[in-house]
Amino acid sequence: MSAQLTSKSPGRTGRDEKLLQILGYILLAAISLFCLVPFILVLSSSLTEESSIIKDGYQLFPSVFSLEAYKLLFEFPGQLIKAYMVTISVTVVGTVVGLFLTSMTAYALARKDFKWRNGFSFFFFFTTLFSGGLVPWYLMIVNYLQLKDTFLILVLPMLLNVFYIIVMKSFMNSIPDAITESAKIDGAGDFLIYLRLILPLTKPALATIGLFIALGYWNDWYHAMLFITNENLMPLQYYLYKMLGNMDGMRKAMVASGAVVNLQIPTESLKMAMTIVAIGPILLVYPFIQRYFVKGLTIGAVKG
Amino acid sequence: MNRKGFLGDLVKYRTLLLMLLPAVLFFIVFAYIPMAGIVLAFKQFTYEGGIFGSPWNGLDNFRFFFESGQAWQVTRNTALYNIAFIVVNNLLQITMAILLFEVAHKWSRKLFQTMLFLPYFISWVVVGAIAYNLFSYDFGLINVILNTFGMEPIDIYNTAAYWPYILVIVSAWKAVGYGSIMYLAAITSIDTEMYEAAEIDGANVFQRIFRITIPNLIPTVIILVLLSIGNIFRGDFGMFYNMVGNNGLLFSNTDVIDTFVFRSLTSSNDIGMSSAAGFYQSILGFATILIANYVVRRYDKDRALF
Repeated sequence: MSAQLTSKSPGRTGRDEKLLQILGYILLAAISLFCLVPFILVLSSSLTEESSIIKDGYQLFPSVFSLEAYKLLFEFPGQLIKAYMVTISVTVVGTVVGLFLTSMTAYALARKDFKWRNGFSFFFFFTTLFSGGLVPWYLMIVNYLQLKDTFLILVLPMLLNVFYIIVMKSFMNSIPDAITESAKIDGAGDFLIYLRLILPLTKPALATIGLFIALGYWNDWYHAMLFITNENLMPLQYYLYKMLGNMDGMRKAMVASGAVVNLQIPTESLKMAMTIVAIGPILLVYPFIQRYFVKGLTIGAVKG
Repeated sequence: MNRKGFLGDLVKYRTLLLMLLPAVLFFIVFAYIPMAGIVLAFKQFTYEGGIFGSPWNGLDNFRFFFESGQAWQVTRNTALYNIAFIVVNNLLQITMAILLFEVAHKWSRKLFQTMLFLPYFISWVVVGAIAYNLFSYDFGLINVILNTFGMEPIDIYNTAAYWPYILVIVSAWKAVGYGSIMYLAAITSIDTEMYEAAEIDGANVFQRIFRITIPNLIPTVIILVLLSIGNIFRGDFGMFYNMVGNNGLLFSNTDVIDTFVFRSLTSSNDIGMSSAAGFYQSILGFATILIANYVVRRYDKDRALF
């Protein structure tokens, strides 16, 4: 009995513990690899000589190494650079404006002395419960707002997200009311209080929500597919989508731009190289931004 | 500033109201006016008349939609896929979260979490490219492997029967990291005293998982599952569209309400029928959310949506 009382660190008891450790590690490693391997497969495929893909198909390790696909992409990068510029501009503008509007809205809703805050909260929240569906929304944008083929339509639809407003609001609820009250006594206006006092205090939440918004813009292809026909406004993901589905068009564009004399284009490795170029930036920053997303989900999971 | 009543309040809150104005306008334009636009389902759309000026045509659009023979198929597919996603994704996520908590520590937990979370960060377009790399008849890795073992290649993009499995696996693949982190957050907030007490009582690790961790997770699981059930008639358009595209051969097993509405609008330009299908989806979705929320309320008032 008394021997039982020596405190043990968790994870060190005996047989069953070992069994769980072994099974657990195997399962975790298997599923984790399952998440990672497809990326390696795409990378290898993009680095494989086209003729070897045609002969043996895609492989996990390049049997004949070649940089041909990347050379071709970067030799005539006109459309690719354009697409990159569109995506970067949309992401920057959308994230900055979206973050500002999200936090400003959240602050007004978080003010406990604001009589109508529950009414407004419900006004926003209701849009997540019921929607008019795709058709009226589409007609609204195309016929009434006339936003087809504009930069604006790539930014506007995702500018505000009710869920982010709610997360931001619950974060602001944890800021003591005394701060707002004492500033009011000093005669500061509501907007100035938000700008000068509240924003600096919500930096962690701003970083998290900002990254969520940015990721949404970076990965958006849907709005481009619906509303963009002008090549100069084609964002990266949609450009990739078009390329995957339409290599012939791709070939014609390359021939037209004088890239290649005729049809010898390594289409299969090119598709994969294009995919790697599209996710490259995400993979590069991923190790640094991951923890913000984890934090965001943790706040979301234990939603107040 | 001592005026009473509504006007007084307007003056008093003028700055806060101005701060809310952009968001209010945004949701009026992109959510509330389209909501009113749901009346299109009962109209014969004309470009001159627009959403609100087109002539009524009663239930013609609905008749057309239900007689097309697709209504039942897309409804069934949407609901069944979502049920499969909810069951498989949650089971996998909970398992991973428990293992991350019990088995993996410090660096290994970080490493596994990083790998699991990766698929969440890429767009469905990229997932579509990865799928092509695996499933392509001529070059896909699956057929390369089958070939190595001397088996016949399979034509995945032309065989509807494979797709329910593929889509469930892809959905699990993309969501596993996201959900594991959610559940891990819930597990780490369980009172550690319970674990210490169990340790003193000599509980082994499996008893700890099944008697403490899982029972404590159940409330979170029930809430999350109920909330997903509320969205059972909303298909993940990006996933279905990028995995399947406009491949008619697969529609019997892969067409969901969202892809059906999209196609009726864009390729056949049938605004009437796509509005009717959209109306049907909105009403069905709204009803399910209300029911799911009612159940959550009965179960735990604080976690309900409203």
